Amino acid sequence: MIAELFLSGIIVWLAGAMASLALWCQPAAARRVACAAALAGSLLDLAASTAAIFSSSPIVIGLPFGNPVFTWAVRLDPLSSYFNVTLAALAAAVSLYSFGYLREMEGRRNLGTFGFFFNLLLLSLALVFTASNAFFFLMTWEVMALSSFCLISFEHEKEKTRNAGVLFLIMSHAGTGLLLIAFLVLASASGSLDFSSFHLLASRMPPLEQDVIFLLFLVGFGVKAGVVPLHIWLPEAHPVSPSNVSALMSGIVIKTGIYGMARVFFDFYGAPPIWMGTVVLGLGVASALLGVLYALMEHDLKRLLAWHSIENIGIILMGFGAALMFRSLGQANLAALALIAALYHTFNHAMFKGLLFLGAGSVVQATHTRNMEKMGGLIRRMPVTAVCFLLGAVAISGLPPLNGFVSEWLTYQALLAGFGTTQSLTRLMFPIAGSLLALTAALAAACFVKAFAIPFLALPRSEEAADAREASLPMRAGMAVLTVGCVALGLGATWFVRVFDPITQQALGVRASSALVMARGWALSPGTAHGGTISTAGMAMLFLIAGAAFALPLAARWRRRSVPGPTWDCGQPGLTADNEYTATAFSKPLRMIFSALYRPRREIQAEYEVSPHYPSAIRFENEIEPTFEKHLYGPLWERIMAAANRMKGIQAGSINLYLTYIFITLILLLLFGVRG
Amino acid sequence: MTERMMIRLIENAAQLFLLLALAPLVTGVIRTLKARLQTRRGPGILQPYRDLRKLFRKGMVIPETASWIFAATPWVVFFSTLLAGLMIPMVAAEAPLGLFGGVLAVIYLLGLGRFFLALSGLDSGSSFGGLGSSREMTISALAEPAMMLAIFTVAIGAGSTGLTEIAGAAIGQNWRFLAPAQMFAFAALALVLIAETGRIPVDNPDTHLELTMIHEAMILEYSGPYLALIEWAVSIKQLVLMTLLINCFWPIGLQPTWFGFGALQGIGWLLAKLLFLSCAIVLLETVNAKMRLFRVPELLAVAFTLGSLALVSTFLF
Repeated sequence: MIAELFLSGIIVWLAGAMASLALWCQPAAARRVACAAALAGSLLDLAASTAAIFSSSPIVIGLPFGNPVFTWAVRLDPLSSYFNVTLAALAAAVSLYSFGYLREMEGRRNLGTFGFFFNLLLLSLALVFTASNAFFFLMTWEVMALSSFCLISFEHEKEKTRNAGVLFLIMSHAGTGLLLIAFLVLASASGSLDFSSFHLLASRMPPLEQDVIFLLFLVGFGVKAGVVPLHIWLPEAHPVSPSNVSALMSGIVIKTGIYGMARVFFDFYGAPPIWMGTVVLGLGVASALLGVLYALMEHDLKRLLAWHSIENIGIILMGFGAALMFRSLGQANLAALALIAALYHTFNHAMFKGLLFLGAGSVVQATHTRNMEKMGGLIRRMPVTAVCFLLGAVAISGLPPLNGFVSEWLTYQALLAGFGTTQSLTRLMFPIAGSLLALTAALAAACFVKAFAIPFLALPRSEEAADAREASLPMRAGMAVLTVGCVALGLGATWFVRVFDPITQQALGVRASSALVMARGWALSPGTAHGGTISTAGMAMLFLIAGAAFALPLAARWRRRSVPGPTWDCGQPGLTADNEYTATAFSKPLRMIFSALYRPRREIQAEYEVSPHYPSAIRFENEIEPTFEKHLYGPLWERIMAAANRMKGIQAGSINLYLTYIFITLILLLLFGVRG
Repeated sequence: MTERMMIRLIENAAQLFLLLALAPLVTGVIRTLKARLQTRRGPGILQPYRDLRKLFRKGMVIPETASWIFAATPWVVFFSTLLAGLMIPMVAAEAPLGLFGGVLAVIYLLGLGRFFLALSGLDSGSSFGGLGSSREMTISALAEPAMMLAIFTVAIGAGSTGLTEIAGAAIGQNWRFLAPAQMFAFAALALVLIAETGRIPVDNPDTHLELTMIHEAMILEYSGPYLALIEWAVSIKQLVLMTLLINCFWPIGLQPTWFGFGALQGIGWLLAKLLFLSCAIVLLETVNAKMRLFRVPELLAVAFTLGSLALVSTFLF
């Protein structure tokens, strides 16, 4: 039954892809078919994978393709199914949203190809999460990368978009190359490409190979996940793609890297050496902190959100790192807690980041700009979008009682418990990581005050913002679905943690949820004795009671005594949008405090006629140094170009020469084969 | 079950009443003591109550440019602060609403209030509001790691982030607050408290319409009952943070239950400890001048260092 549901989802996506390609000259039909197929496929996939999490044994489905060497088979075990649920829940909302979002593009862009790649992306994602052998995994991985590339480059007439797409493609393939090597090493050790033959295999290999494979996987999957310092493609690619694609990219495509790491760390490895956990934890802290610090400096709304994806990947990796360390230390229960925190955050991030990108898409479509400094006052023009975006902002800032708070709280608990697990100095890492997580969360809150207040509050800063119109009904529905997801995952935390039982059972051999749920489902605890509890549902209930009993009646009474009046304008005649604080000004204190990192450069040019005190025009330019691009990738790029230049010599263009090369290679391979 | 729930309900109601009633008094005492130390007469310790009564009776001016965020913020701030207040032990060692959250929830609930306050600062469109929001979010973000390190130190000692357990551990080991780790953590949290409650040398709670202001700038557009709600919430937040500090580190006088004669004794101890901490704050405020905004990170770096020292000394001593 589950297998049939899953397969029908795949078939619906495939059919949707083909049909929308066939309908490319009828944009309206292509849009409807593509979105309907994407939605239907997602719902089928959601049903199948939800059931598969709780199914007693993994569901194995052989696909009727392939050959004896490379079988095409999918396997829905709890971990795969969990990521598939995340995918399906997000994709359903995004498909709903796309009904309205793509309408604007009708007649201007080829929606047939868009629908094709959109459905193909969903299809390949579902298969990446479920592929049960290395060959099939890498194949679907490539389909996913290529369809993402096509969707990122959809507005390809802009040079920035093309560059971002190419950067994504290069980095993605470099990562895939590393994955290929790692999988081949594993395959040669096991004699099979099947994932089930890799189970705990890596831990039985010689130490050096173990370490090399670990690093290959970490970098290979890290590129896709956007881990610092492999993140540079992410803030370029996410903003330039259409916003429904950004939501998918940020919500789920980068999670394939997380899935890959989870598969490798908790399936292929048994108890890894402790340094692996510390490396992952350290990378997580670096990604989280640098992600949010760069996000603060952005005033491109979508770029800002893209940087926050890096931050949240960092938070997820903090959970993974702690889980790996606990596993090395033999603390299965704590490892389960940390793994739950990481996976919970993965789902949460898909919900709120998907929501925020969809909200940003509505705003960008209404104002025709991504620059926050040109928005403002949208809460009156776009009330529904504003409420959804606000709840998403509260959720991503980790504020109670929404879902971000629950997973960050679990991460804190895991880190806190870590201090007592070892006597070595390594244990200092846990509380320091915890305090930097606190810094990250507080900076994220600062950033989302900016990201909500500047576009949505006060007066419009441009005519486009003043004339903005609320998003269409399907777009609002898509955002509402994800908003409900954020609220439900926050309030229903004790109900949701039961989902992790099969996963932790599979990965670590423990079922943790019964220890996590307390007070008849009202409170969540970290599962350690007297570990402290939270009750998001209880908090929300008290807020509602207090609001209904006091706030509403009193506010109604006070409203009769209130008069509207102008905002204090310091005695100048009339308040205009020019008086408002800008996004750049808002983040100025942090830009000055962290100037060692940002190395800000600013340039002010004033034109004047009589005296410099009375300028007729002022030009202000402000930028921060892109540290990684300049100091890491710049030199790397130069080396690569230099090496390529040197290698020009052997590429003379003569066919005889190339035949000689082929011949020499053949001889060498034969010799190698004979010797081996 | 019903009996336990009744007891919980009574405890919560008692603590709620205490929070609401005591918070303006603490503000009044600090103001009066400060005035006396500066050889002024001061307005008397009951002045905050009179201010609140006056503001609640007044009408309001709502900025034309503001949205519903402006009207929702006072309530969010007020309720989230109260909710946080119910999660800390005040008179009895057991926090009445400890099940709903521990020290992390307290911090994040206060963060929720701050988030909305910062939004409302930007909502009216005045430059002052944005200036206050920007500074408030910056300073609180920088205070957070120091606070978390200190809290981790305390929580590691108690093996829990639940405040009932933390206070219980403090009671269980007499004179524990003299241990180096505890003293460093106390110092770190005290600095954070100063930053979070907007006191000198970080912010001056008495300024209004000055370019150095932080908190006052955010709430510049509020008037009447909404202003009263925010002022009340701010003094409750101050009381919550002060109580958190004293009851985690000096648990003397915390009672086993809220019932009987012990409760009065507990309240007496609470008042005495609050008065002591208020005197310390007043002294600190009087002998220091307000710092430049860009010197505040240095102060918070000191707090962070103290927090790190606290953590390191948990296993050195």
